[in-house]
Amino acid sequence: MKRLQILGTGCPKCKKLAENAEAAAKELGVEYEIEKITDIKRIMEFGVMMTPALAVDGEVKASGKVLSVEQIKSLLS
Amino acid sequence: MDIKKEIKVLLVFAAVFLGCFYLPVGLPRFDNSIVEALQLTKWYARQHVLLCLIPAFFIAGAISVFINQASVMRYLGPKANKVLSFGVASVSGTVLAVCSCTVLPLFGGIYRMGAGLGPAVAFLYSGPAINVLAIILTARVLGLELGIARAVGAILFSIIIGLLMHFIFGKEEQRRCDAQPVMPEQETSRPLLQTGLYFATLIGILVFANWQAGHEASDVWRSLSSGKWFITGGFALALAAMLVFWMRVRAWKVVATAGVTALLGLAFPETPMLAFAAGVVGLSIITATTKGEPRDWLNSSWGFAKQILPLLFVGVLVAGALLGRPGHEGLIPSRWVSTAVGGNSLLANFFASLAGAFMYFATLTEVPILQGLLGAGMGKGPALALLLAGPALSLPNMLVIRQILGTKKTVVYVLLVVAMATVSGVVFGTFFK
Repeated sequence: MKRLQILGTGCPKCKKLAENAEAAAKELGVEYEIEKITDIKRIMEFGVMMTPALAVDGEVKASGKVLSVEQIKSLLS
Repeated sequence: MDIKKEIKVLLVFAAVFLGCFYLPVGLPRFDNSIVEALQLTKWYARQHVLLCLIPAFFIAGAISVFINQASVMRYLGPKANKVLSFGVASVSGTVLAVCSCTVLPLFGGIYRMGAGLGPAVAFLYSGPAINVLAIILTARVLGLELGIARAVGAILFSIIIGLLMHFIFGKEEQRRCDAQPVMPEQETSRPLLQTGLYFATLIGILVFANWQAGHEASDVWRSLSSGKWFITGGFALALAAMLVFWMRVRAWKVVATAGVTALLGLAFPETPMLAFAAGVVGLSIITATTKGEPRDWLNSSWGFAKQILPLLFVGVLVAGALLGRPGHEGLIPSRWVSTAVGGNSLLANFFASLAGAFMYFATLTEVPILQGLLGAGMGKGPALALLLAGPALSLPNMLVIRQILGTKKTVVYVLLVVAMATVSGVVFGTFFK
């Protein structure tokens, strides 16, 4: 079970990242749950300055850019 | 049957019915405002979309793809040199805040995990005002003076406000976050010179495609104006070469696009927009079919277009309906505007900056709204005051800032912004009439 967290205040880039993360998890066939974190205080608790960011199981994997489906797949596997 | 739901539907019907029943069609002022809204939208579509907004989107996209944002963030991190960080914070909005929704998280991050209160505030103030799209559209629609004054004013005052905040609250212990900031990793990037030339070329295309000689222009200006399409074409050729040699785009695609564009330009010299459009379409196809950086560039430019065009469209319609084109009246009588913010009195400037501070402007919509206000008799000083206070602050973002800074600091920040915007409005209005 992978926990994917998308950190971002809700701009188009964050939505794109969420879509990509979901697509990557589905393609790999792993079990996952996805959570969008829009509260700015919680985003900062992750130490993230540049949104959008992606955290897997609570660990920030990338910030400040939209990862492609391929990039997320290699993070997850 | 759910009675509550049905009653809701009934209420909606009733509201629509009443709206139609009392629809003020036929009142000259209302009819006129609809015409004005459509006229203004048409004017924007003809004058600004193809030559100005589309190149601007490509530039904004290029900034977010080709400029290494991690290298900028280093200067705003916890170990950064304090003096340097003020300077970097005041100008980094151009690079870091291409999308206005990233301003607040960055601000919070710089404050709690990075360089501290002063630089964070400097960034917060200048960020929304100096992103490329805002500067380009302000200069194009509202005039070069206001465009430059807006950028320079935003940078100067962001440093002053940042320093003031730093000195007022410097002694207070900062509630720093325990979290270690996650810095985006350095990506391998092309040499600085290449990036610089690339941007210079894009900006050259934008500037010369929009070049217009004024009435009292000197001979040099005039001859530049008549040759502007050749200069623009020269920049376009340079861009084509860079695409082939630096971005590894297939040469035949670039040559085909350049050929079609040149042919259209020569065949229809009276309508240069045709050739320009062909160039844009060609560039889009080239970048879409080349994996890697070119496609990323197109994707992010397209992202900006998707985000901003609908907002701007609605903004222009509303501004046209309410305020009309310059020289024409919309729903709001010009007399009201010129009494409230006409001339360059202290009160007019203060009123403009206070209104701007609380009002919410969707990205870039401040431009058509200000254009309407200027046409209806607003002074240039108050216009700058509104431009400086407006996008930097709004009621919703004050609430978020309060969550991060606390009530006291937020109030001081808002007061400083309003005061500074008022002062710069008065100064600008005295020199430019």
